[in-house]
Amino acid sequence: MTGFCGIFLREMLIIRKRIFKMLLSLSVSPLLYMIAFGLGLGSRLEVENVRYMTFLVPGLIAMSTMSQSFAISSEINISRFYWRIFEEFQASPVSSLAIALGETLSGIVRGLMAAGVIIVLGIIFGVNLRLSFFLWISIWVNAFIFSALAVNTAMLVKSHADQAMLSNFVIIPMAFLCGTFFSTSTLPPWAYYVIQALPLTHTSKMIRASALGYPMPWVSFFVALGFGLVFFVSSIYTVKRAQV
Amino acid sequence: MVSQNDLLRDHQKVEMIRIGNLHKRYKKVIALNGLNLDIPAGSFFGLLGPNGAGKTTIVNILTTLTRPDSGRVTVNGFDVVKEPIRAKLEIGVVPQSINLDMELSARENLFIHGLLYGMSQKDIRQEGERMLSFVGLEECADRPVKDFSGGMKRRLMIARALMHSPRVVFLDEPTVGLDVTTRRKLWELLKKINQEGATILLTTHYIEEAEALCDMVGIIDFGKLIALGSPKTLIQRVGPIVVEQMAEDGIRTHFFSNRKEATSFIERLKGSALIREANLEDVFLELTGRRVNQ
Repeated sequence: MTGFCGIFLREMLIIRKRIFKMLLSLSVSPLLYMIAFGLGLGSRLEVENVRYMTFLVPGLIAMSTMSQSFAISSEINISRFYWRIFEEFQASPVSSLAIALGETLSGIVRGLMAAGVIIVLGIIFGVNLRLSFFLWISIWVNAFIFSALAVNTAMLVKSHADQAMLSNFVIIPMAFLCGTFFSTSTLPPWAYYVIQALPLTHTSKMIRASALGYPMPWVSFFVALGFGLVFFVSSIYTVKRAQV
Repeated sequence: MVSQNDLLRDHQKVEMIRIGNLHKRYKKVIALNGLNLDIPAGSFFGLLGPNGAGKTTIVNILTTLTRPDSGRVTVNGFDVVKEPIRAKLEIGVVPQSINLDMELSARENLFIHGLLYGMSQKDIRQEGERMLSFVGLEECADRPVKDFSGGMKRRLMIARALMHSPRVVFLDEPTVGLDVTTRRKLWELLKKINQEGATILLTTHYIEEAEALCDMVGIIDFGKLIALGSPKTLIQRVGPIVVEQMAEDGIRTHFFSNRKEATSFIERLKGSALIREANLEDVFLELTGRRVNQ
């Protein structure tokens, strides 16, 4: 695992340099969603027997963790095609496993930061979540899935444009359809079954259940973990194949 | 860099880099077409050729960034395809494009590099300071690299490539885009690295760079090695004195083994002509009918 620390530390140093900008930008979208959907549209709504804001915040945690963890794909992409920093990793005696692990963990850190920001905003908006061990495990699994996926996509795409297209076709639909803003039980059966095949549906369930003190949906937990492991193993392979 | 290299320098027959029948194709473009090349330990070897000749592909294969289609490449005996991790430990790379972390400081860039090469924190700190002083960047070690000039960035890249004491240093067009003064300063630095024992493989399309630095030069064109030898030998082979005849259809180049022959040729000419010493550009022109920088 020579070099893993180098990859991870590099990403952490970059985060440290940008910390204030990052925290600020991580707060903007969730804040707008909370004001528009939570306070505006949802002020008189109840979903699954809780007020809408309480239902919404765990969904936002799931969505934001996903987006921020997946955002490392753009970072890797820029470092690969524009700054060519990724070449330094590839030219060093570091295994594909170490590169994939370092990048995935850095994505997880970003995801956890995003979750932390929303939890703080939730507290400000009067939403009391159970900050249990299971909540953090659920957030971690969500971040793991999407950072591992991000490493895959960053290695497979050939340009920044491809990267943007992937986000538009994969990440944005998931963000809106996988039970982040509404209960999936209200969907028609065909749509319900389609979205069960998407990892965010399961992590949303896990995060909402653990945040609101409901029993952990273990089937979703193992399905999500399975997604994460598959993406991580394939990321090792894609890193290895990212030669020309 | 490495004490063993001092021993290797005394035994120039030891091959540090061996390239055998190397082929690489990018879709329809043949980048390397059965290239064979051995580079002795301790040498300062220049790969000379025009843009697109295959120089960067060779460096990318040697540094394992690119997979060859076929052929065998070893660095200090380690196969770059079969034992890439081991081979990479022998290599320091200064790529053509600046691939430093602009947001990080020079010291942080070196620190990350040391970790990537499995160095201990103590060694990283020691070597980092030594390298910063070697390339004359100790005063600005904590400044973000984005504030550095082009020459400073290049020097930092060289320091980074030397951090883990490699036996071989690959420099891919290291002076592209630099002014003459900075380029000459970098030359001094590169000579110093070679004198300390590292084998250097330099790719360049600057003729004067190859002549000033390299004890051995390989001329590459269309992915093949077309000439190999010391700059002096290669120039001697085509003729050390050149007469450039201004003809109606352009400049005609004639080679002579000495100035006397060249002078007597000029005396017989009707038009104007220029006499000068031959250089590697002339060798390339004679071998290919084209100029390196054409």
